Amino acid sequence: MNTDVMDSRPTYGGLRLDPRAKSHLVVVDGDGAPAVLDAFAGAEDELNRTTILCAHEDVAAGGLERLCALRAARLQLSGSSEDLLTEFERVLDGADMSVRIYVAGRESFIGKVVASAALRGVVPDSVVAERRGGVSRRVQCVHCKHIDEGVTASPYRCSGCGQHLLVRDHFSRRLAAFQGVRIDAEIPGEVPPAMELAS
Amino acid sequence: MTVHFKQETFRDDYTYSNSPEAIRRFPFPFDKDEYMYSVNIEQHMPGPAKSPFEFPIDIDEHYVSEMRDRAITLAQDPKRCQSLPHMITAEWDLVELLMESMAKHYPELFTLTQDGDRWRWINRPLDIDQTFTFGDASTLPYPPMEYITRQCQGDFALLDQRLDNLWMDAGMITSQADWSLDFDIGMNFLEWHAPVPLAKDMAIFERALKFLLNLQQGRPVRRLNWTMTINPRLDTSPENYDKWGADRATVTPENVGRKVHLRVELQAMWRLPRSNAIVFSIRGYLINMDELVTVPKWARRFHRVLRELRPELAEYKGLTRYRQTTIDWLAKHDDGAPTSPGFQPD
Repeated sequence: MNTDVMDSRPTYGGLRLDPRAKSHLVVVDGDGAPAVLDAFAGAEDELNRTTILCAHEDVAAGGLERLCALRAARLQLSGSSEDLLTEFERVLDGADMSVRIYVAGRESFIGKVVASAALRGVVPDSVVAERRGGVSRRVQCVHCKHIDEGVTASPYRCSGCGQHLLVRDHFSRRLAAFQGVRIDAEIPGEVPPAMELAS
Repeated sequence: MTVHFKQETFRDDYTYSNSPEAIRRFPFPFDKDEYMYSVNIEQHMPGPAKSPFEFPIDIDEHYVSEMRDRAITLAQDPKRCQSLPHMITAEWDLVELLMESMAKHYPELFTLTQDGDRWRWINRPLDIDQTFTFGDASTLPYPPMEYITRQCQGDFALLDQRLDNLWMDAGMITSQADWSLDFDIGMNFLEWHAPVPLAKDMAIFERALKFLLNLQQGRPVRRLNWTMTINPRLDTSPENYDKWGADRATVTPENVGRKVHLRVELQAMWRLPRSNAIVFSIRGYLINMDELVTVPKWARRFHRVLRELRPELAEYKGLTRYRQTTIDWLAKHDDGAPTSPGFQPD
């Protein structure tokens, strides 16, 4: 067990086809397309019962063409990341117990898909996920509760209350967010230089 | 028994203090001159008369003022009390547990009359007389967990049991040692303990979880935990850390005695009958250093515990900035004499 990683931060094992599933629901974000290709390419029988959802503006260059070339039973494009999440919820609401959910892309996006699925009764650990792309995090300010997307360094300045926040390695699956806590609360103004988040 | 309820505050002018009787019964958490984590869980059996362990639920001289402070905190931040929808049965279980225990052990203060599902609850210190239907939330002015925990000292979390884990799916948390219910709600046992250093390598939480998953109805357990707080502040939440954090930089050799507090949590856990959930109560006790050193054994021992505490634990508990100042102050009350085993004063 890697003790450098906090227990509340999920680890994602990588996309692997679950042949027991009667159908596959795949959600792709950002740099996630290659992970889907690695897992599904050549699996003709499985692709016949696979739905792929992605947002065309978010999928990295070339990824969309290669996803099309997979010839899954259904490929659904959304305009934006938010629309994609809405579409995922709509499809999941119409799905039955035998569907397996896969998600590949940024950590913050995986978190949102898993949280949304959990609200619909899906056990988080049953979602097959693979993290691809940058290290940016989604962080909730514990003081004003504002959520900043794409945080890449700690401390950062909360765009809700303007305070300088330390990004703690504490993750809420429900919020799909890390926790940000004021770094200079004890000595106001004592803000150390920002460090890039390593992973 | 008669309890005289003090009128005091836990914010702004901080008038909180302990009577000599409250000092004598303080649940001092160190049974030897050093401290390290352990799975220090024991049966929550009745303890000595007048001790905080005499009854399952301890009501003391701070009751009325603590309930007033909780109401202030909730008015400012209603999310300190939250419950996921599937926890409603556990909420009623909690109403039953607390009302029955309080009425049984403090009959001068509380009376519960049960006629089938028709219950009448009288809380004399808070001037409440409520008739309601057990199981029908529309007959109470608040949801069941919120209703009863606005009338009971201590924070409460309700833990659902499924998938071989415990899930913190409801709670009333207004006097916490720097953790957020709003952030942690819905987490499992290992997730919400993730920020605690060292314990993971010691497999403390895996063992504690295994123990709690087998907790039996009618056999509650307890443990003590501790930290330190500057000023007698109950609301040391992360939400308000940007307001109280600066207090940690205000400790001087002159004010240690009244500003620095030992904060002890009596944590008790019960299995609930209908929901199979677990109540996790976190009952806090505060004592300042002036009060603590009136018991010579505790003065000596706490000085030694604090001096030998591992830096990771001191950092996690937030003591680093005022630890040395406090050790220096306590040193004047430690003549080096041996201390007797056990928690109690000599």
